Amino acid sequence: MEKSLVEMKPGQKGVISALRGGPGFYDKLAQIGLRKGKEVRKISSVFSRGPVTVCIDNFQVAVGYGKATRIMVEVTEGEENCSGR
Amino acid sequence: MKRIVLVGNPNVGKSVVFSQLTGSKVMISNYAGTTVEYSRGQLTTNHETYEMLDAPGTYSLTPSSKVEEVAASLVDQADLVINVVDATNLERNLYLTAEVLEHNVPVIIALNMIDEAGHKGIHINIEALERFLGVPVIPTVAVSGEGLKKLVESIPLAKVAAFEEKNPDERWAYLGGIIRDIQEIEHRHHNWIESLQDASLKPLTGIPIAALVLYFAFQIVIGLGEILAGLIETYFFAALYEPLLIELSLLLGGSGFFHQVLIGKLINGSIAFEESMGVLTTGVFVELGVVLPFLAVFYLVLGFLEDSGYLPRLAVMVDRGMHRIGLHGYSIIPMILGFGCNVPAALSARNLESRRERFIACTLMAVAVPCMAQLAMIVGLVGRFGGAYLAVVFASLFFIWIVLGLIIDRVLPGYTPSMVIEIPPYRIPSLKAQSKKLGMRIKGLIVHATPYILGGILFVNILYTLGVIDFLGNLFSPVIQGLLGLPGEAVSTLLIGFLRKDVAVAMLIPLGLSARQVVIGAVVLAAYFPCAATFTVLVKELGAKDMFKSALIMIVTAITAGFILNLLLDRIVPAAWLASGLIILALILATLFGSTSDRRELQDLDHAA
Repeated sequence: MEKSLVEMKPGQKGVISALRGGPGFYDKLAQIGLRKGKEVRKISSVFSRGPVTVCIDNFQVAVGYGKATRIMVEVTEGEENCSGR
Repeated sequence: MKRIVLVGNPNVGKSVVFSQLTGSKVMISNYAGTTVEYSRGQLTTNHETYEMLDAPGTYSLTPSSKVEEVAASLVDQADLVINVVDATNLERNLYLTAEVLEHNVPVIIALNMIDEAGHKGIHINIEALERFLGVPVIPTVAVSGEGLKKLVESIPLAKVAAFEEKNPDERWAYLGGIIRDIQEIEHRHHNWIESLQDASLKPLTGIPIAALVLYFAFQIVIGLGEILAGLIETYFFAALYEPLLIELSLLLGGSGFFHQVLIGKLINGSIAFEESMGVLTTGVFVELGVVLPFLAVFYLVLGFLEDSGYLPRLAVMVDRGMHRIGLHGYSIIPMILGFGCNVPAALSARNLESRRERFIACTLMAVAVPCMAQLAMIVGLVGRFGGAYLAVVFASLFFIWIVLGLIIDRVLPGYTPSMVIEIPPYRIPSLKAQSKKLGMRIKGLIVHATPYILGGILFVNILYTLGVIDFLGNLFSPVIQGLLGLPGEAVSTLLIGFLRKDVAVAMLIPLGLSARQVVIGAVVLAAYFPCAATFTVLVKELGAKDMFKSALIMIVTAITAGFILNLLLDRIVPAAWLASGLIILALILATLFGSTSDRRELQDLDHAA
């Protein structure tokens, strides 16, 4: 099921399926490691439109609410441990 | 001399490699964006001497902030690039490597933090990596110096890989294709430090942790600072320095121009370090007796927060709130640095993406974040009248910070994009690195502040002698006396405040002000204008036009705030009530008037998509 990072629940895993924004948005996220096809696990989010923190590969990235609503993830569930940095 | 440039992602340890190789002292922390300007040093090997440049961290040579622009331009000027790569985060780091290798420049790779990668169960096949990149790859642990000798020896072996130019997608696809052959990752279970990492990011635990960290940081700075200041006063100023100055005062005959400048006024026949206003009395006392102890403790605490990796987590916790004043969470870093000194804070605002954000961050920081030198004096001076008055000063600045932020965010066109930041792992700060950093910062204070403090006091004395202060006092009395309720002589503090704010606050002491006047003086001095050092940096960072706007905002804000305090404090509202009232009102306003940025950003993203 496709969800945005905001809609995902902490602990859920999935694969990034789309980045809905312009080229600048896409490049900025790709450079830091958030690209289509990457596996992510949501660690947490701060309530009332706070940033979402995710784990990709071996590192953690915090994404502000606005951008997080436009990062779509095909959720694969599972609670496997992300070796977490 | 050939030029070597150190290039790499943020927070991979470039500055550590740099300081190890060149022996230069540079600031090192555990968060992205510590280095905002390049540093220059020299590296001498058996064969020759190189000029070495430490570039700020960047994810790509297609820059998205002013800091990254610097890094990208340095690569073009390099005779040789040492690309520092974080071994724990290979794939993303190699993107920049691929870009660098597309340039026609010899490269060697320092595969840094190879020890940490081992602990995390990441195994990298270095030979395979070398084969694939076509340039030497040297595993290093820069903090301990491991591998750096080999790195230096490999400099002559650097090669031009001449990668074919690709577009971003092709580059990623290419890297994705080979990464599996190069590294293997074992799954490990969470250890306690990783659990703490997650806890400080989850709101339920993260917000209390943030509150505790800030509370203890504040308590330690104030508490330990006071103890240290007390010790210096007893064992240095009272025991050693005062008798010496009494001799000097007698020698100078107790009066005259030189006595006035060096010793200042004698209060009841003796030297009063806070009031005499001589270069050797008040000047030395302000710097060594008040500012130094508080600043030392502040930088001790800040150094710990920086190196542990907590600051980016704090940024996540405060992001929501900061959005309301037109900033995002990462702007908390310039704000916190500003409490030490506004100059490095203004520089660190370069890490922010847009001109709009930099304008808001610099303006709010310069208006509402007093530096530790000034704070120490405010605590000393206003504190005498009781904690409630001190609270009014802090509450007023907090109120200004919030309300001004709300207003600027609404008035300025455009929006503040939401943040994307990397959260570094927690690391235990090393004692050696901490003491080195603290030493650098204290030396910085003494070297940079001394001429301003001593010069400032000299300047006041000259102005007094020439009667300039009286003249200006009369000229500005409608504002100073009428609106702010301060004596005309207070104009001298505003003049000196441009040189040094701590000295300016000290100059309020001999004026014999009431509690209300002291509070107004402290708030106005904090807000009205940045000191000369900060002003110079801000003009450079914001440009003359934006700085003019910013300065206008500061002056108007300071006078308005002073006027309102003059109307309310003690006349209508007692100090304690006013302090709590201001904080509550600021929070209510921030809640009611949310940010416009969220909506504008989403519209923009949808439009672009």
